[in-house]
Amino acid sequence: MTSLPTHTEKKLGLAIDLDTCVGCQACVTACKGWNDQGYGAPLSDQDPYGAAPSGAFLNRVHSYEITPDQGAAVIVNFPRSCLHCEDAPCVPVCPTGASYKRVEDGIVLVNEDACIGCGLCAWACPYGAREMDGDVGVMKKCTLCVDRIYNEHLPEEDRVPACVRTCPTGARHFGDFADPDSTVSQLAKQRGGYDLMPDLGTRPTNKYLPPRRKDAPDMSAPLAPLLDIQATGFAGWLDKVLGKI
Amino acid sequence: MHPAPSVIVFTVLSGMGFGLLAFLGAGLPAPSGWAAFFHWGLGYSLAVGGLLASTFHLGNPQRFLRAFTQWRSSWLSREAIASVACLLALAPVALSNWLGFGWPRALGLIGAVLALATIFCTAMIYAQLKTIPRWNHWTTPALFVAFAGAGGAILAGQSGAGAVMSALLLALLLAAFRIGDGAFAARAQTLGTATGLGTIGPVQGTVRVFEQPHTSPNYLMREMIYLVARKHVQKLRSVTLIGAGIAPALLLPLTPPSLLGFAVIALVHLTGAFAARWLFFAQAEHVVGLYYGQR
Ligand code: SF4
Ligand code: SF4
Ligand code: SF4
Repeated sequence: MTSLPTHTEKKLGLAIDLDTCVGCQACVTACKGWNDQGYGAPLSDQDPYGAAPSGAFLNRVHSYEITPDQGAAVIVNFPRSCLHCEDAPCVPVCPTGASYKRVEDGIVLVNEDACIGCGLCAWACPYGAREMDGDVGVMKKCTLCVDRIYNEHLPEEDRVPACVRTCPTGARHFGDFADPDSTVSQLAKQRGGYDLMPDLGTRPTNKYLPPRRKDAPDMSAPLAPLLDIQATGFAGWLDKVLGKI
Repeated sequence: MHPAPSVIVFTVLSGMGFGLLAFLGAGLPAPSGWAAFFHWGLGYSLAVGGLLASTFHLGNPQRFLRAFTQWRSSWLSREAIASVACLLALAPVALSNWLGFGWPRALGLIGAVLALATIFCTAMIYAQLKTIPRWNHWTTPALFVAFAGAGGAILAGQSGAGAVMSALLLALLLAAFRIGDGAFAARAQTLGTATGLGTIGPVQGTVRVFEQPHTSPNYLMREMIYLVARKHVQKLRSVTLIGAGIAPALLLPLTPPSLLGFAVIALVHLTGAFAARWLFFAQAEHVVGLYYGQR
């Protein structure tokens, strides 16, 4: 049923740290790798080794440059995957009931057996989180690795999303935003975690942690330290002799 | 948005078809015998042909029956149900006209309302999307209904109604172009607000794309980012305004009612309608383009 639940017991999602993300694309690869073999039809590629390779991905990492009013420009890497919105506009538009939001944990999923591939849900998502699979014609989106996080066949430390598990800088955090004491809730609180395009009323679960202000060296007299260099040894003797002449 | 031919053909033809069915259902005109067969046949072919064309852009059209299930929330589902209900409700009326059964008109009026409802649902599929500011406006359903009304009236041979609807369509087109051109800017959404990097947190400033996330276009870019040359827009808008608005509004009252006359005016209208619908898609900008620094 594509009507949204009024309440979900948990609000599972990601806190994405734009300060620590180095844009290595490891999460993109891990996500693609896991979803090649996990939930639903394997994420396909078209013409992967040819002239115009293209494929469906559930996670993309952008790279932006911020030029502040003062100081140097900053590069910010920006991972973009489904935000598992509380008021997900992608769900009610679905004519078949394939798109749904789970009551138990708030994860937004697509039942691929029911999807007719009309693409309307991708049009309704402001964040570009849904991509049509070019091979099987059904809508693909981040599953929050629903086939990992509850999977008792995996060692406990692997029961987190593939992108979170693989990130070498720990820039992606997974947890329950309904629990105010969870790591993700605390991180969002401390770091001023924010929603993307809040004016569209989607109420995203995922929060973005803004980049911190960078330390900057004191550039007032950049060559000043060189003046204090004390020559020692032979150079010092030469310095002294030459100074006397 | 990518102007997919299947969707353009579908919305234009089925809109015109349901418009004609609405007029026939209301008894304007009420043909009989073989005239009724061909007139109703035209309405049904356009409506059904358009609906079939719409399945060409589906990834899994064989599951189309499922699209009838989510009428509580989905305009697309409502459209599917309204269209089939309309075609079913009008079938006895068409038979009665053709074979002269003389059955009462009531069912025809219900069918006419369902035809209008179908067109309205089609329009709401687009108008509901907050992600596409140009469409997210009352002018979208107004335009779709006016197109069906004008196109349907021409095919129904209703000169007076056709001229009035064409004039109304002209006014709506001008309004939609004007409002639509400022719609994206009016939402004040930029790369800076979409990422939050321009307005939130300790590091703020002007944001620009440093590197794209992938090297060749993906589904999102193919589907939602489309660039139309300005000069083409001007030309196509002229074709639209003349073909769908000015020409029918002027020609209908002047042309003596004849099959040939209406056929020519219908083709002129159709040319304008196709140009309008192509622009409707091609000029619509989706907010996801912001993340790519494109629109
Ligand atoms: S990010 Fe997009 S796909 Fe995910 S829940 Fe929100 S609207 Fe739906
Ligand atoms: S593409 Fe599939 S999941 Fe999306 S709206 Fe259409 S039927 Fe529903
Ligand atoms: S949670 Fe899983 S499916 Fe979602 S982006 Fe991460 S790896 Fe991909």
